[in-house]
Amino acid sequence: MNKPKPYSDMPLRNRDIKVIVNAGLARRHAAEQRFRWYGLTAISLGLIFVVLMFGSIIAKGLPAFWQTYIQVPIAFDAATLDPQGTRDPQALASADYNALVRSGLRQLFPNIEGRLELRALYGLTSTDAAYELQRQVQQNPDLIGSNQAIWLLAAAPVDTFIKGNIDRALDEAERPIKNNQIEWLDQLQGAGKIEKQFNTVLFGNGDSREPEQAGIRGALMGSFFTLLVTFLLSFPIGVATAVYLEEFAPKNRWTDIIEVNINNLAAVPSIVFGLLGLAVFINFFGLPRSAPLVGGLVLSLMTLPVIIIAGRAALTSVPPSIREAALGMGASKLQMVGHHVLPLAMPGMLTGSIIGMARALGESAPLLMIGMVAFIVDVPKNFLDPATVLPVQIYLWSDLPERAFVERTSAAIMVLLAFMILMNGLAIILRKRFERRW
Amino acid sequence: MSTTAIETESVLGQPLRSAAEPRQKSTIEVTDYNNRQTVGKITVDNPKMLCREVDVYYGQKQAIKNVSLDIGANEVIAFIGPSGCGKSTFLRCLNRMNDTIPSARVTGQIKLDNDDIYAKEIDVVQLRARVGMVFQKPNPFPKSIYENVAYGPRIHGMVNTKAELDDLVRESLERAGLIKEVEKRMLEPGTSLSGGQQQRLCIARAIAVNPEVILMDEPCSALDPIATAKIEELIDELRENYTIVIVTHSMQQAARVSQRTAYFHLGDLIEIGDTDQIFTNPRHKLTEDYITGRFG
Repeated sequence: MNKPKPYSDMPLRNRDIKVIVNAGLARRHAAEQRFRWYGLTAISLGLIFVVLMFGSIIAKGLPAFWQTYIQVPIAFDAATLDPQGTRDPQALASADYNALVRSGLRQLFPNIEGRLELRALYGLTSTDAAYELQRQVQQNPDLIGSNQAIWLLAAAPVDTFIKGNIDRALDEAERPIKNNQIEWLDQLQGAGKIEKQFNTVLFGNGDSREPEQAGIRGALMGSFFTLLVTFLLSFPIGVATAVYLEEFAPKNRWTDIIEVNINNLAAVPSIVFGLLGLAVFINFFGLPRSAPLVGGLVLSLMTLPVIIIAGRAALTSVPPSIREAALGMGASKLQMVGHHVLPLAMPGMLTGSIIGMARALGESAPLLMIGMVAFIVDVPKNFLDPATVLPVQIYLWSDLPERAFVERTSAAIMVLLAFMILMNGLAIILRKRFERRW
Repeated sequence: MSTTAIETESVLGQPLRSAAEPRQKSTIEVTDYNNRQTVGKITVDNPKMLCREVDVYYGQKQAIKNVSLDIGANEVIAFIGPSGCGKSTFLRCLNRMNDTIPSARVTGQIKLDNDDIYAKEIDVVQLRARVGMVFQKPNPFPKSIYENVAYGPRIHGMVNTKAELDDLVRESLERAGLIKEVEKRMLEPGTSLSGGQQQRLCIARAIAVNPEVILMDEPCSALDPIATAKIEELIDELRENYTIVIVTHSMQQAARVSQRTAYFHLGDLIEIGDTDQIFTNPRHKLTEDYITGRFG
């Protein structure tokens, strides 16, 4: 009896709870500690990747918000622009502004001769320079006859070089910018005739083959029209569906099947919706290709299940006591829903919808199917104009080899992400603002 | 050592002999626990509501079995009984709140004055305007105090002008004994009031549409004794104008506020009678067991 018995041999009643708990305590604490470390590791890994991604996008895309301009002395020669002196807009529009740009450049470097050399010189400015002069003259015909120093858009290789993305040490044949051009640019820079200005082109222009003239205006407007259609269709239909299914529909096999199918639809790959849109809206109904209207219809199909599911969740979270109170007062079912349940569920529904819309904003695959992947220079003005959207624009640019497009791709991604963050922020604000306690 | 076990069992099954001390003058008529025929007079001289052979099913399960009783005009009738005995279910039949539960099915006849409330031509909207309800948990709408009371008159189109509505809201709050507390804060949310005030707000909301009957489903179970006392006082005053049916777990409350009491047990109406009689001279053994606290 002196020898202590092993603890596990003691009858249950005689065991001391303190000893039992203490024996296991170290193990429990270790498990807790371990779990905490797993969590921390997972979160830090995630954060590192997010920082890496944002860092690389911002590092690549930030320079795209500035654009190189060259100051060129332009003589608005009346003989070239308006020989008749009529100031007729038609005549002014068709005048040879390229000649003005060229003579201006020659004026900067009077010693250059020879066809090839001159061509290299003319290559410093963008082809947009002539149009810029045309715009200025049309806006202010009084310029004709005067001499002005005008900031002209530099060509993309020049811009890339000025931003330090072309290595001088590289062999001349491997550079898009030649030795003599580098020499001239150095001179211009020494004279303060090269400047980086905020890139208004990026936000003001549609797509272009020339990187320095390419902008996201067209894609932004396309995204705007597409999302507008999506919202106008999917929000009312989604809310109405959620309300009907949750509040009015009888609970039977049919509604079960509908519910399962809606949940399945939310998981259907988005490109399938694109194929559906192609088959139904374009082939069957004959709607135009590449149009924001069709894009919006397709994205509505994709967003609807998300809105319905979020809406139903929001409706179920309204406490039954509110419904009972309303019904007990003699409110009809529609009054109960309209006066009490829906207002209380609205923040949740809005949040779900905005998150669905944010997903639609970032969607590209289904839009490829309905032709919104075309190269479109004009900024769309309505729902039927051919258009593309931001993510597709990013996809298009990411395919192009020019260095200047690489940074524009990243810049477009930054703009897209900014809109996403804006929408998600709006969702959070709405939820916080309209959330009511009961 | 084994006596404790036996005692425990006897509590679950039959009441303990020692606890069931014989009364000086026992009025128990039914001693058989299996005799579930209603004891007592179910009719009154001046009925407001008539319930005959009411059965309620939830799916396959029968929650109310063949209950018949009258509810007199301007009386407070209390439904008592252990949890799950069906008293709330029966209460909710009286304004067809059970309609909101898809699996619930009600048979039998319930009349309000002379209208069968389950008849096809009766609209629940009209019925619920005539038979108001106050719930167990205070459930004011997440709107202002004013809007809470104004809601009923507004949806039923009872008033034409803003001034009329203002008067009606004031009067209802006054009758619910809440006006002094909320006079200055009519536009504050109803949920900002204390529990007892919220419940009185719910009563004000119910009487704003001037119903004929008010159903109260354990209106004080979530309240402290002081708030409870105020509500009970209020019930006593409201009796002048309304018929009140109250479900309660507190037998003291039933004794204090009601004129008649009905005792439910497992879906059966076991005994009904004047409150005094039920609490002093119960006629069914089950009733006696319950009110003396032997089970429930």
